[in-house]
Amino acid sequence: MSHAEPSPGSAYYFPHGSRLPFYGSASLFVLMAGAAATLNGAAAGGWILGLGGVLLAGLFFAWFGQVIRENQAGLYNDQVDRSFRMGMMWFIFSEVMFFAAFFGALFYTRQFAVPWLGGEGSKGLAGLLWPEFEAGWPTNGPAALGPRADGSFDVMKAFGLPAVNTMLLLSSGLTVTIAHHALKSGQRALLKLFLALTFLLGFSFLSIQVYEYGHAWHELGLQTGTGIYGSTFFLLTGFHGLHVLIGAIMLVVIWLRCLKGHFTPRQHFAFEAVAWYWHFVDVVWLGLFVFVYWL
Amino acid sequence: MVEAAVAMDHAGHAAPARGLTRWLTSTNHKDIGTLYLVFALVMFLVGGAMALLIRAELHAPGLQLVNPGFYNQILTVHALLMVFGAVMPATVGLANWMIPLQIGAADMALPRLNLFSFWLLFFASVLLTSTLFLPGGAPAAGWTLYPPLVLQSGSAFPVAIFSIHLMGASSIMGAINVIVTVLNMRTPGMTLLKMPLFCWAWLITAYLLIAVMPVFAGSVTMLLTDYFLATSFFNPAGGGDPVLYQHVFWFFGHPEVYIMILPAFGIVSEIIPTFARKPIFGYDSMVYAIASIAFLSFIVWAHHMFTVGMPVAGQLFFMMATMLIAVPTGVKVFNWTATLWRGSISFEPPMLFALAFLFLFTLGGLSGLMMAIAPVDLQYHDSYFIVAHFHYVLVPGAVFAIIAGVYYWLPKWTGHQYSVRLGQWHFWLTAISVNVMFFPQHFLGLAGMPRRIPDYATPFADWNAVSTIGSFVFGFAQLLFVWLVWRCARGGERATAQVWDGAHGLEWTVPSPPPYHTFATPPELR
Ligand code: HEM
Ligand SMILES: [Cu+2]
Repeated sequence: MSHAEPSPGSAYYFPHGSRLPFYGSASLFVLMAGAAATLNGAAAGGWILGLGGVLLAGLFFAWFGQVIRENQAGLYNDQVDRSFRMGMMWFIFSEVMFFAAFFGALFYTRQFAVPWLGGEGSKGLAGLLWPEFEAGWPTNGPAALGPRADGSFDVMKAFGLPAVNTMLLLSSGLTVTIAHHALKSGQRALLKLFLALTFLLGFSFLSIQVYEYGHAWHELGLQTGTGIYGSTFFLLTGFHGLHVLIGAIMLVVIWLRCLKGHFTPRQHFAFEAVAWYWHFVDVVWLGLFVFVYWL
Repeated sequence: MVEAAVAMDHAGHAAPARGLTRWLTSTNHKDIGTLYLVFALVMFLVGGAMALLIRAELHAPGLQLVNPGFYNQILTVHALLMVFGAVMPATVGLANWMIPLQIGAADMALPRLNLFSFWLLFFASVLLTSTLFLPGGAPAAGWTLYPPLVLQSGSAFPVAIFSIHLMGASSIMGAINVIVTVLNMRTPGMTLLKMPLFCWAWLITAYLLIAVMPVFAGSVTMLLTDYFLATSFFNPAGGGDPVLYQHVFWFFGHPEVYIMILPAFGIVSEIIPTFARKPIFGYDSMVYAIASIAFLSFIVWAHHMFTVGMPVAGQLFFMMATMLIAVPTGVKVFNWTATLWRGSISFEPPMLFALAFLFLFTLGGLSGLMMAIAPVDLQYHDSYFIVAHFHYVLVPGAVFAIIAGVYYWLPKWTGHQYSVRLGQWHFWLTAISVNVMFFPQHFLGLAGMPRRIPDYATPFADWNAVSTIGSFVFGFAQLLFVWLVWRCARGGERATAQVWDGAHGLEWTVPSPPPYHTFATPPELR
């Protein structure tokens, strides 16, 4: 309801109606229709997709802008804060499950599908299809799919750039924690510095990953089409990279808000939400580093 | 407290917006609940029309109405619309309307997100339905979208996948809202174990949704990249495996069937005590049973895959785990029955549907137990027996419970009492025809008729004709329901606040219809 007095600690704030949900859904509709048209090779596809992207960006500006204004106006009491916190935690849980699907695919193929194709165990009947195929990991399968004519490909080594990236991301987890402590103890200068460091580390991570993708694609013969190894490699690291990008953008937004003097040592849910998200991205990377690059 | 809410409305604050604007922009949980329910009803009729087309084709052997390709498309879209457009949104609509009223909250915790969930679902359904009209037609691989068959779809393929992504996002947002509302918005004194069972059922359903919708999104994303980016997830030539898809899909798919039935359990657990005029038997065990069902639903998925050639150890594990679910389910059925025992029962439409649920859902659960036995499932799998099974748990199961819920709360929503006689007519026509429609499918399946085919051998003709007759009676009987709801929304005898003399709970303390805003200050628990 709209009667909430604007003093924190009083009634729960309920918004008046809002146009944004309808607008946002329509934008996503345009975006998805555009994406589908693009994939189908329709001429206008790219334009529709771009329009959808612009509309969606508008949604984020408008929506979060409104929430920030309401927050600055002191409309949110502790109970609202708790709703936001719970909401964010459950959202991150849903993201964990999204990655679980791809990790599950990785484990299943490594543990079952590939050995069976190699003729192992009671399910080894599948091995009759390709009697010469020797199971192993990494593999691009019995038909040796991939860009090179001889079916070969090179493996992305863990202890090169990926190890550097691990260091970058782990240190960014540290810097964001330092920033959080600075915020809670009122040291604003330190907060701004370490928050900036955090997203800079994030963007460095992304730059290295872009470089690494180029290297894999053009020099290692490692593409999405390089059998199951290329499939799991690119989907897992790709979705992770996308999340790093989102997280880094959110960090920039939070940093800008810090520059404008937002957040108090007691009330700073948005900061914490982004920090949680960043730690989540960090943990997923550790899983990737161990199971995709290293083992 | 009730007076306070009314008075505020009279003061003219935040009254509903007028006309279409109201439905496009209202963040009020009652409006959004209505939107969801109306949407679900429309989808139920659209999906139902497709079902009648399917049954008409199957009325006699041979091909008469549609070509086989279109048959498969309409079968696929029927299932997806019924699951994601009708049953799930209907339960979300009930959650929106009733959870805040039952726990004494002024609204859902995140109202804007709530409206976003609805409109996203709407646009996603538009995308999904549009696939029927795209070159190459809708996906025709069944609602499970198995590769490699589904990878033969035409330009509708990415549209269907993206519509599933959007529906998933909508469900996740809706589920987050329910969890946060239940955990954070209860009126003081309402501890978790004092909460109405409908709220409990939805709390756990929401947890399931958040856990498995992302997995579904992941599985269809892999389909998409296999199609467009040359990945090999489901392609053995590149080291992948089509069976992988089935594992990931059913990791979502089995919990998904509980996502449809747990809210139904919740509704029935509200109705039976009201009309038996006794408190629910074994409240705590009901809660633990729902929780155990939810937990077990994560470790039974491969009972859908007994014929794909899993290692024996896997078959045994999934067989045992599946049969374990019968224990908590049995607890629930026992408790409902014990609630009826020595109650002073009356048979208004909500109770009639709830009682039919009790018998017919249990029947579907029993055929499920039969199929859970791996060696005999080799015979049942992909036959009409399984079609009979899941329609028993979904139609006289989930759908009956939803209809029961609507009959139960409709006077509360509209402020009008409907014609009980008409409701009873609707009930008897529906309850008889649903059995005429689905019971013979058990025989067909046991005799070997495969599912997902537009034509069949002549020995199956008789029972198919019976089933089709049942389906048309069922379909047209639902128009009675639509008419009744419409009439009740327009007018009728005024309903009291309590509506049913045996009803208890906060939702029955506010007037019927409730003012636009209820529980501005948290109510006292008596
Ligand atoms: C005691 C409880 C249950 C048991 C033991 C059970 C068991 C099974 C088994 C073993 C199958 C696979 C049959 C096959 O493919 O050969 C199956 C299919 C199915 N069940 Fe159940 N089930 C139960 C309850 C439910 C409920 C409550 C629902 C939904 C509300 C449901 C919906 C379905 C659906 C939709 C399918 C078919 C999926 C498909 O292949 O399209 N089941 N069930
Ligand atoms: Cu199942």
